[in-house]
Amino acid sequence: MIRIPCPFCGERDHSEFTYGGDGSITYPPLGASAKQWHDAVFQRRNIRGLQTETWHHVFGCRAWLRVERDTRTHEIKSVRAAHPGGQRALDKTP
Amino acid sequence: MTRFSAWSVFCNGLTGQKGWDRQWRDPEPKSGYEVVIVGGGIHGLATACYLARNHGITNIAVLEKGWIGGGNAGRNTTIVRSNYFRPGNREFYEHSLNLWENLSHELNYNVMFSQRSHVSLLHSPAAIDRAARGYNIMRLTGSDGELWSLDALKKNVPHLNYGEDARFPIFGAAVQRRAGTARHDAVAWGYARAADQAGVDIIQNCEVLGVTRDGGEIRSLETSRGTISGRKFGFAVAGNTSRLWQMAGLGALPIETHKLQAFVTEPLKPLLDQVVVFGVGGTHFYMSQSDKGGLVFGGDLDWYKSYAQRGSLPIVQDVAECAVSMMPCLGRIRLVRHWSGAVDMSMDGSFFMCKTPLDNLYLNGGWNYGGFKASPASGWYFADLIANNRPHETIANHDLKRFERGYHIDERGAGPDPKLHG
Ligand SMILES: Cc1cc2nc3c(=O)[nH]c(=O)nc-3n(C[C@H](O)[C@H](O)[C@H](O)COP(=O)(O)OP(=O)(O)OC[C@H]3O[C@@H](n4cnc5c(N)ncnc54)[C@H](O)[C@@H]3O)c2cc1C
Ligand SMILES: [Zn+2]
Repeated sequence: MIRIPCPFCGERDHSEFTYGGDGSITYPPLGASAKQWHDAVFQRRNIRGLQTETWHHVFGCRAWLRVERDTRTHEIKSVRAAHPGGQRALDKTP
Repeated sequence: MTRFSAWSVFCNGLTGQKGWDRQWRDPEPKSGYEVVIVGGGIHGLATACYLARNHGITNIAVLEKGWIGGGNAGRNTTIVRSNYFRPGNREFYEHSLNLWENLSHELNYNVMFSQRSHVSLLHSPAAIDRAARGYNIMRLTGSDGELWSLDALKKNVPHLNYGEDARFPIFGAAVQRRAGTARHDAVAWGYARAADQAGVDIIQNCEVLGVTRDGGEIRSLETSRGTISGRKFGFAVAGNTSRLWQMAGLGALPIETHKLQAFVTEPLKPLLDQVVVFGVGGTHFYMSQSDKGGLVFGGDLDWYKSYAQRGSLPIVQDVAECAVSMMPCLGRIRLVRHWSGAVDMSMDGSFFMCKTPLDNLYLNGGWNYGGFKASPASGWYFADLIANNRPHETIANHDLKRFERGYHIDERGAGPDPKLHG
C-alpha cells in the first residue's frame, strides 16, 4: 500500500487519492500547433524510475498534489501542492 | 524431438515416463541473425514460429531477459474471445480466435483451449441494447455472439446472485460461445517448441541493455550475453516497450506501463463452467475455474503507473467484494495466490503493430489487458510485417501515427487516458 504524505492532511493511504498522471507535461497554449497538442496529449516518456506525477486527494482535502515517486519501488521522494499558490501558502506556514 | 500422440503417451506410461526429452534447445547466442526478436513472451515466440512456417525465415533469435513465459505470458487470466467492435480490431481478434481453434493440432502441443463461453452480465436495459448492437456487428464480421435472457442465464450459470436485492440486479447476458480459456504456459511452450524445431534460437537469461544504431537503422543489440547483430529487429516486450524504445533513442510513445493483478482461490469441485464477467460503470471483474479447480479472478488495474510486478491491497479487496457480490456462495473461499504483471496500456486501448522511425525495427506492443487472446494473430501479423516490410491491411491502422490522424481505435470510448482502458 502506498502512503502519500499530503502536505495538508498528513500521511494517508493511497486509496484516498486518485492518480492524475504524468506531472511533467505542460500543455501548450490553445492556439499551438496540432503537433504540439498531439505530443502533450498522447506521448509519454513512461519513466521507469523517479517520475513526477499528480495525485488528487479526493477523499481528503481535495487538493491536487505533485508527487515524486519511483515507479519501480513506489517509494515517494517528495510531495508538494500542485497549485503554486497552495505551495506558497504552505511555505509561509511555520 | 518426440511427436506427441496418444501412442507416445501410452508407451511412456509403460516405461516410467523416462522417454521424454528436452522440448527446446538451450543454444549459445550466435553473433548475428537475420531477425532478432526481443521478448520471449507468447508474442515473440509466436512471431518466430510464423516467420519460419509462413515465410521460410529460420535464422532467428528470440532474446528473453528471464525465462520464456515468465512475463505476462504466464501471469494472465487466460481469457480468449473475439468480441471487439472497431474495424481492424474485430477482424484481427476473429482471425486470432480461428487460429486458437486449431492451435493444439498445429503445434502438436495441448494448449488446453477450452471454448466454454464468455458470459458478460448485463445490468440495465441500456446495457442490453449496447450489447445487441455490439453482437450484431460481430455477426456481420463473421463471428458469433448471442444475448441470453435471464431464464437462459439462470439455467446455464445457476450460482450467481439473482436476488432482487443485489446491488446490481442481473437482467441477462451477452455471450460468445466460441470464447473461453487456454493454458497460458502451454501456449508459450508450444510456440517455443515449434519455433525451436524450425531452427530458431531461443536465448533465455539474455537481457537487452543497449541498442547500437547506424543512422536510421539498428546495427546490433548489447545484451547480458554479448553483442548480437541482425538484419531486422522486432520488439515484443509488453510492459517494457518504452524502455526498449528509449534504448533505441526514439523518445516518447503513446503507452504507459501499469500493473494488473490476478488471483486464484483454493481448489473447488466443478462449480463454474464459463468465463463470467461483471462490468458496471468503470468497474470490471471476471472469473473462471481452472482445470485444477481454483477460481481465477481478475479485476481492474491498480490505477497508477508502475513497473513493480507487485499488486496493492485495495484491488484485492475490490476483487473479493466483486466475487462475493456476484456469487455469494464464495463467501468463505480463501484466495491462495495473487500476483501482478506490467501491462503496456495504450492511449486508446488498442495495440500497435507497425513499422517505426528506424528502417529495420518493427514494433509489437500496447496490448493493455488483452494480449493473451491476441497471441496467435499477433505472431501471425507481426511475422508478416517483418518478412514483407509492410503492414497487412488488417493492421494498417494499428500504427503509432494514428492519433495524429485523429484515428482512435477506442473500444470503450474512454479517451486518451491509458488507465481507463480495459
Ligand atoms: C494479471 C494479468 C491478466 C491478464 N489477463 C488477460 C486475459 O485474460 N486475456 C488476455 O487476452 N490477456 C490478458 N492479459 C494480457 C496478456 O497477458 C499480455 O498482453 C500478453 O501476455 C503480452 O504479450 P507477451 O506474452 O509477449 O508478453 P510477456 O510475456 O510479458 O513477454 C515480454 C517479455 O519480454 C521480456 N523483456 C522485457 N524487457 C527485456 C529486455 N530488455 N531484454 C530481453 N527481454 C526483455 C520480458 O522478460 C518478457 O518475458 C493479462 C495480463 C496480466 C498482467
Ligand atoms: Zn489532503
